[in-house]
Amino acid sequence: MQTPAPFTYERATSVDGAIASLVKHDGEARIIAGGHSLLPMMKLRLAQPEHLIDINDLGELSYIREFADEIRIGALTRHVELLHSDVLARRLPIFADAERVIADPVVRNRGTIGGSLCQADAAEDLSSVCSAIHASVVIRGADGERVIAMDEFHVGPYVTAVGDGEMLTEVRVPLTPGGSFSSAHEKVERRAGDWAIAAASAAVWIDGGTIADAGVALSAVGPTTVHVTRAAEALRGKSPGDELFEEAGRIAAEDCSPSADGRGPVDYKRHLAGVLTTRALRTATARALQQEA
Amino acid sequence: MQVTLNINGQAVSRDVEPRTLLVHFIRDTPGLTGTHWGCDTSNCGACVVQMDGQPVKSCTTLAVMCEGHEIRTVESLEVDGKLDPIQMGFHEMHALHCGFCTPGMLMTTRALLDETAARGRAGGAGGDAIPSEEEIRTAISGAICRCTGYKNIVGAVRWAAQYEAANRQGQEVS
Amino acid sequence: MAVTESPNLPSPGHERPIGFGRLKRKEDARFIRGKGTYLDDIRLPGMVHGAVLRSPYAHAKINSIDTSAALALPGVAAVITAKDLETLGLAWMPTISYDTQAVLAGDKVRFQGQEVAFVIATDEYIARDALPLIEVDYEPLPAVVDARKALDPDAPLIRDDKDGQTDNLASATWEAGDEGATDRVFAEADAIATRDIIYPRCHPAPLETCGMIADFNPKTGQLDIYNGNQAPNVHRTVYAHVAGLAEHMIRIRCNDIGGGFGNKVPVYPGYVCAIAGSIVAGVPVKWIEDRSENLMSTGFARDYIMRAQMCAKDGKITGLRVDVIADHGAFDSTAQPTKFPAGFFHICCGSYDLQASHVKVKAVYTNKAPGGVAYRCSFRITEAVYLVERMVNALALEMGVDQIELRNRSFIKPDQFPYETTTGWTYDSGNYAETMKVAMDIAGYDQLRAEQAEKRARGELMGIGCAFFTEGVGAGPRKHMDILGMSMNDGADLRVHPSGKAMVSLSAQTQGQGHETTFAQIVAEELGIPPEDIQVRHGDTDRTPYGLGTYGSRSTPVSGAAVAVVSRKVRDKARVIAAHMLETRPEDLAWEKGRWYVKGDPEKGAMIEEIAARAYSGESLPQGMEGGLDAQVIYDPPNLTYPYGAYIAVVDIDPDTAQVTVRRFIAVDDCGVRINPMIVDGQIHGGLAEGIGIALMEVITFDEEGNCLNSSFMDYLIPTALECPDFELGQTVTPCPHHPLGAKGVGESPNVGSPPAIVNAVIDALHQTHGVDHIDMPCTPARVWAAMQGRPEPPQ
Repeated sequence: MQTPAPFTYERATSVDGAIASLVKHDGEARIIAGGHSLLPMMKLRLAQPEHLIDINDLGELSYIREFADEIRIGALTRHVELLHSDVLARRLPIFADAERVIADPVVRNRGTIGGSLCQADAAEDLSSVCSAIHASVVIRGADGERVIAMDEFHVGPYVTAVGDGEMLTEVRVPLTPGGSFSSAHEKVERRAGDWAIAAASAAVWIDGGTIADAGVALSAVGPTTVHVTRAAEALRGKSPGDELFEEAGRIAAEDCSPSADGRGPVDYKRHLAGVLTTRALRTATARALQQEA
Repeated sequence: MQVTLNINGQAVSRDVEPRTLLVHFIRDTPGLTGTHWGCDTSNCGACVVQMDGQPVKSCTTLAVMCEGHEIRTVESLEVDGKLDPIQMGFHEMHALHCGFCTPGMLMTTRALLDETAARGRAGGAGGDAIPSEEEIRTAISGAICRCTGYKNIVGAVRWAAQYEAANRQGQEVS
Repeated sequence: MAVTESPNLPSPGHERPIGFGRLKRKEDARFIRGKGTYLDDIRLPGMVHGAVLRSPYAHAKINSIDTSAALALPGVAAVITAKDLETLGLAWMPTISYDTQAVLAGDKVRFQGQEVAFVIATDEYIARDALPLIEVDYEPLPAVVDARKALDPDAPLIRDDKDGQTDNLASATWEAGDEGATDRVFAEADAIATRDIIYPRCHPAPLETCGMIADFNPKTGQLDIYNGNQAPNVHRTVYAHVAGLAEHMIRIRCNDIGGGFGNKVPVYPGYVCAIAGSIVAGVPVKWIEDRSENLMSTGFARDYIMRAQMCAKDGKITGLRVDVIADHGAFDSTAQPTKFPAGFFHICCGSYDLQASHVKVKAVYTNKAPGGVAYRCSFRITEAVYLVERMVNALALEMGVDQIELRNRSFIKPDQFPYETTTGWTYDSGNYAETMKVAMDIAGYDQLRAEQAEKRARGELMGIGCAFFTEGVGAGPRKHMDILGMSMNDGADLRVHPSGKAMVSLSAQTQGQGHETTFAQIVAEELGIPPEDIQVRHGDTDRTPYGLGTYGSRSTPVSGAAVAVVSRKVRDKARVIAAHMLETRPEDLAWEKGRWYVKGDPEKGAMIEEIAARAYSGESLPQGMEGGLDAQVIYDPPNLTYPYGAYIAVVDIDPDTAQVTVRRFIAVDDCGVRINPMIVDGQIHGGLAEGIGIALMEVITFDEEGNCLNSSFMDYLIPTALECPDFELGQTVTPCPHHPLGAKGVGESPNVGSPPAIVNAVIDALHQTHGVDHIDMPCTPARVWAAMQGRPEPPQ
């Protein structure tokens, strides 16, 4: 089996302690949580950090909390917890949609939302999920916290806004009072557990029969998560319906920039982006309208 | 660094590098070569063990990360010469050929049976919840078997679930 | 005798057949406890670890190799290069197809992943740390990646190491059949279908990778080898020849093997490096490859580019012609009998009463890993059956006839057996129409067609694909077949002990096929000794007879026959001893399982245990007879055996995303008499899963520079439990007339029959609505979508 290069290891006892260690190692250290993105890269020697900071004991980062206007998810929350959460099933079914098709059940026991978002693989499902539901992320450094939106979070392939001496600690999802809101995620893969050939996340906020707001984001069809802002614009203020969703799908297909690779050529990925956007919008809307009824 | 792991209820202590993977720590322990490895990319599931009762891929975990947790390997299934029902089920239903994926499959499906039984008890259904074919196939979708085509593995898990349900009933009656 | 679905129910605790039947496996005892002994489980005192440095380039000159930095790493004992091997005469080794292959690259590298240096260190982590410290000065060369371009006049010459090699031809055109007769049949045909069909490169990828522990004792000159391989006796002979060691001083032990599927037949450079390392260092050397090495460098499967035509007259198939370019990779290491450079591909005449056929195959070198014959292929029968079964469906489309109707009309009829095909095979026995009917009944073919029409009206896509195969397995008769000059005969030694317990030693080599159970069952069937009292010994060249091992579905046809014959030899000797014991003549005795008894006085008899005790005792034996109750046989099969089957696949295709789901798979196999139906069914299940993989997702591809694009399980996709349906099996039993048990081989049949059934189903789903009449594997969503847009593209 392939094995990692040597490194030193510490187990963090506090968030601030982990951050202090990151600062001290000046870019040569990495946080390890579930490790199912980082360790495979280290075994293939694509990543060779000198120092690993294990944050798995930081139970204070593992939670799903529902407030009146927001749901907060700790960065250390595992995929399996997101999949089985009653809170998320009620409020944000998009998470279960995505988690069912992220990696496999055994990997989901260890991988975390923080680790997935920070890995910033363009094909990573939770990135488009968080983008569509207008989530923001909390990044803590030695000097305190900052909160940024998902489109600022994604900088490029495998690059996020989290600096060398910083750590992602929380994901915050806004809940708007009144009206109905729901969300869905659709993915096509070559085989169970595979990365997406393309995936689409959609969220709709419906008020008085029209779409008050929408979020559409795509995985695996660009160098990083694609935030299809033009689709959201096209949806706002309109009555939900198949033609509208197909129009949004067309926009999504136009606005993404897939590359050809082993999973598929550009035209097929673009086609999928459109089809899956339409499907995700249809499902999100049906779920939202069911809440009304 | 000195790493001490709780494996199958025993403390195992060795001086290893931080980069030592859990699978290698386990396999370098006398009598514990039942946990296997088959790939480089966390796909094949031959290395699955249980950590705190949950299946994990031991090739994608550092040994040192597992200090303070309970690791269970395939060698823990048989107790005092008595096979675990999941082992009996695999034998009854011919759910193994070369045996290489079998330890990982056993640890994964043992956890599924435990989870399903707990759910059954919680749901008040007399604790007899038998996992469906879809649940079983999903639970083992992180493990590859090249030999069996999976059909008999599904059959083995259902056999074991039914065996355990019948025995629980028997215990409740007596 | 036709049987529909085989229920294969678990046996009640007390039911334990003595002989054939559903017997739970003896070998399970250690595997379910995690107590198997696979290669990486073995630790020897003083053992060191090897790792291979591999070429990043598909084709490049090597200007220099600097090992100094690697040697300086603490824990590194040695770094071996071609130069070092040259002094031992080991830099090149012979292949099974009479080519030579570099053990470590000296002048240049010829495929990405080729072995360049071998590090030996105190542990495997350090051995791997040393690899990036080895500095190799490569000078990249243009690579030959497309087999169709390998013979272009300007193609770079790959095998400039071979005297007289001026192009990339690996094996000149080999022909079977009759070209003139075939041309005439085509000229008279009233329907012709033409297709370019590719069987892409894929990989057996057993879950346990390849490796070896070589332990040379310099004091005694003994070389002990631990190595999971499918033909240990032949490997021993090869190592004796290659390493200049005395063959009786080499012992190979296989122990437990985590899957073979043909991947563990070849001799790999890593093995030779481990042996060389141990000879030089005098300590055991362990080398185990990782998964990327396995996928990038070990024996791949298939890679046949085929152009075919099939014709019909008066509604029946009459002729077939095929022209093939075979991609063998950089070295020719295909494994097949010597006189058959294209293996058994010429069985592509199929299950049909053709009037003529003509087959041409030539093989080329490319800058890719060597191999070609692997992955349950029955020596290229997977390629042959894929070709013919795809062509039958293509012809059926051309003729506007149902796929099963065309087959039924064209099948060889039962009274035509033994049947000599247009390419020289003599099929032993068969009743194809019966088997086809069983499959149709299990599938509910007519209901499926009705459902398909309903769905199509609603815009849903569903396909039903059929494949019917006849294959030839159990190579083979010594007058026709040898591998590297070794006859393909296998042996069995049977010893019945004084207590009546027995041990049978085999040259077959299980990698999961259940030999410890099935071969005990054969002895049990013949002698009446319970299977738990029979030990099956294998996988140790010091303690088993010579034979060519397990691949090509030959264990039951050859070793199974050997065990039956050797058991009967023992039974015959037992008869003579029993007659002596009972004071009568041998011809006055009759046999019931476990006992010779006096005809006409059945109370009077001798059980096999009593006869065994007598054979070793001090009491008298018949005049001139040696003591003991042993026998030994080397079995020369008179012919191959010809199992066959009817497979039906039902697929659903998402009209928007083009994802293919195999909803149902019906497999009806006729492999003659079944020793253990549970194990036969298990073999079918496993092969069907592999066939789904090949049809839908498994492929090894390269970019223009020869970089391998599928060198991990992230990109070489193997089906999980979610991609496999609940297989529906049936059986018919048409015994093999020449096999002592009436049995035929079966292990590879599911790989042979399933890919064409699935691809035929995909085309069936898309033909009417999208005009698709061809698609190449793997039928990934992207490729199916392209076909639906009218642009089916072959894989790279």
